[in-house]
Amino acid sequence: MGPLYPQELLSGEYNLLFAFLIGIGFGFALEASGFTNTRKLAGVFYGYDATVIKVFFTAAITALIGLFILHYMGWIDITATFFPRTFWIPTLVGGAIMGLGFIIGGFCPGTSLTAAVTGKIDAMVFIVGVMIGIFTFIFSFKAWAGLRAAGNLGRVNLPQWLGIKEGLFIFLFTIIAIVTFFFFQKWQNSWKPKMEQKDLDDLGL
Amino acid sequence: MKESKRNTYINPYLGGVIIGLLIIIAYYFSGEGLGSSGAFRDVAITTIDKVAPAYAEENAFTAPHVINEEGPMHTWLVYEMLGVIFGAILSGALFSRLRFSIGKAPHLTNKRRLIYALIGGAIWGIGTQLGRGCTSGLVLSGIAVNSLSGYIGLVGIFGFGFVFAYIFKGIWIKKQ
Repeated sequence: MGPLYPQELLSGEYNLLFAFLIGIGFGFALEASGFTNTRKLAGVFYGYDATVIKVFFTAAITALIGLFILHYMGWIDITATFFPRTFWIPTLVGGAIMGLGFIIGGFCPGTSLTAAVTGKIDAMVFIVGVMIGIFTFIFSFKAWAGLRAAGNLGRVNLPQWLGIKEGLFIFLFTIIAIVTFFFFQKWQNSWKPKMEQKDLDDLGL
Repeated sequence: MKESKRNTYINPYLGGVIIGLLIIIAYYFSGEGLGSSGAFRDVAITTIDKVAPAYAEENAFTAPHVINEEGPMHTWLVYEMLGVIFGAILSGALFSRLRFSIGKAPHLTNKRRLIYALIGGAIWGIGTQLGRGCTSGLVLSGIAVNSLSGYIGLVGIFGFGFVFAYIFKGIWIKKQ
């Protein structure tokens, strides 16, 4: 029964080898989907490119359904995994800060790494920025410590918290995602006649 | 045909399914979600530990990491991100996309784009450490197990992202 490594069913060396192999797949999928192209990433916020929302929600639904089935069949103990604790206040504030960073910087950390190693100079500069930000946070940690520890709700499963069955929740989430795909596709289509061919080529649309 | 290969991307739904399956595999084998900013943090902590070990043991943020005897670089996320580098180069090579360039909206100057990238990155650096993860580790891997934190992160990053997108429209959209 999974997860294997936390229950010592997989050695530490193999665990890190898996990390590397999973990373290769992740990096490949991000690059091949166009996530090294900063205009494609920003496009989701203006509607001219729906790629981000499609990839992101499809990944979420796939993982949700797959892990739900594994859990239901008794093949994985979710509580033995990295199940993040919820600190709702710093996560909401930090999330808003990251939203600002996304619009100004045009990447998120994972996508910036894939872009930097495939030659995007702006992504290399972005990573320098990320490191500056992290060092700034660490050196001024005293000022952040209180806020970072605020709103600790422990490990919260959202459907359980809402009092509905996990399967039903995932079903509803899937429906919402499909409706979202539909609207973002329409939004993207509405941009097409307004855009120049070279821009459409650049976005691969 | 050669020229258009560079602008060819895989079907976004296929990309999503691949990433979703990788998350399942990561949880099943390692009990880990996919993440990014944690690896950046580990690099930062290692640097501080090498340059000023006394400070690293004293700082309340870095201390819990540096007492780990295997060292802060010997983590799942760091190995995963090494894989990400390899995978991205592989895909970039396959689609003939390996070349130096600056990505930006055409109306923006290179200088401005690089300044914004630096500032945006620094904002991310702070946001990830305060919010406990980024788009991958906090939001995607959180949602995968229906953790409330992932959904709050989603609202934070994308919800506020749309607000900031409206305010800073000039960076990405040319004025008509």
